[in-house]
Amino acid sequence: MEILPRIADELQRGEDEEVRSLTESALEQSLEAATILEEALIAGMQVVGDRFRVHEIFLPEVLLAARAMNAGLAVLEPHLGKADVPSRGKIVIGTVQGDLHDIGKNLVGIMLSGAGFEVIDLGKDVSPEKFVNTARETGANVIGMSALLTTTMPTMRKVVELLKAEGLDGSVRTLVGGAPVTEEYAREIGADGYGFDAASAVERVKALME
Amino acid sequence: MMKRVIDISPAEVAPTEEGVLRALGVPPDQPPGERVRQMLAEALEAFHAEAQPRGVFAEIDAREFAAVYEGEGDNEIPSPLAAIFPRAERLALFAATVGAPLSERIAALFDEGQLALGATLDAAASEGTELTGVHLDRVALDEARRAGAADAATRILRYSPGSCGWNITGPRALFAALGPEEIGVSLNASCLMEPLKSISGVMVMGPVETHDFSNDYGFCEDCRTKDCRSRIQNLR
Repeated sequence: MEILPRIADELQRGEDEEVRSLTESALEQSLEAATILEEALIAGMQVVGDRFRVHEIFLPEVLLAARAMNAGLAVLEPHLGKADVPSRGKIVIGTVQGDLHDIGKNLVGIMLSGAGFEVIDLGKDVSPEKFVNTARETGANVIGMSALLTTTMPTMRKVVELLKAEGLDGSVRTLVGGAPVTEEYAREIGADGYGFDAASAVERVKALME
Repeated sequence: MMKRVIDISPAEVAPTEEGVLRALGVPPDQPPGERVRQMLAEALEAFHAEAQPRGVFAEIDAREFAAVYEGEGDNEIPSPLAAIFPRAERLALFAATVGAPLSERIAALFDEGQLALGATLDAAASEGTELTGVHLDRVALDEARRAGAADAATRILRYSPGSCGWNITGPRALFAALGPEEIGVSLNASCLMEPLKSISGVMVMGPVETHDFSNDYGFCEDCRTKDCRSRIQNLR
């Protein structure tokens, strides 16, 4: 097997040491770092996302694949110029104020990174002001908000309203998700998108970028 | 019932591999591969090394609890708990935690980019926190039975702010009444508990019918998990 598909294959199996070693070998074979990133690491992570979306694999396998991707990235980073890194866009993500549940949000971040997006993770208990200010300061294209509690969902509406009040609703799109959040709720609060799960959130972000 | 502070050994509330996988959303019929098993083992080892499970509970009468539940007046009206707690034989405020070092370890793993182990340990810690709550349930029920205040038919179920219409500001009144700072649990400005892996709320004791409620609250429609139904079913 050629080395790039092999890296992608080992990434899918979560073999971080193999991915590290094969990525080093690929560089030694004079393959471009950007090519290795795009055609092995991101391509492998894309398959992981697809298989996760159809429930062929589950969160632990995604986490191991992400770890393997990071192992490969660590090898590539010194060889990647800023212009080489294919960034599909910049996303600010966080769990809304008053909510501490962030496994889903973390997974969205992992899969967005794997899909080539630049992710700014604000963590949990994030205020509407912090979401909006960070998006403005970093020039982010999308704000992704997660909530697990019905009682914290209203903060999502506050973020949407604050973006409008600051005149940013045209340039910064919003995506919401989390166990109690529905497509209807997203529409009701004026969010631009809804992610049922991490994999569909990535697809929605891609659509919002088009 | 006096206010009781309970120190618990990590082994008593350690989650199982199956519990952690469930918390990570893996269906029970999906056997984990070798790499996943290694990660689980590493997370459970960290749980045993870092967890410091503690809990506190204190009995409260229905009139006093009504004031705690009312809190800052932001609860959903009506709500299941508002109908359930007046029917209870006994009520007790509670808080439980697996301690700050475990939460700090999880945060450190995420900061270091060790997302896989961080998320697995996070799931293990969530399971351990819930099992610490279950341990408190057992102690409270045993004590009530020994005191002749509960019988074999008595069941116990916990309700927490943030769920079932109890507003997320609920912990303020709850903490003022219970004082869980004694076990190292405090509230931040957003009413989130610190350490992160902590729970608080009210234990409701009574026959299983105490917890029955019709599933027609507006906010229940927004809830995708509906895990209250399985929790009530498990009491039977």
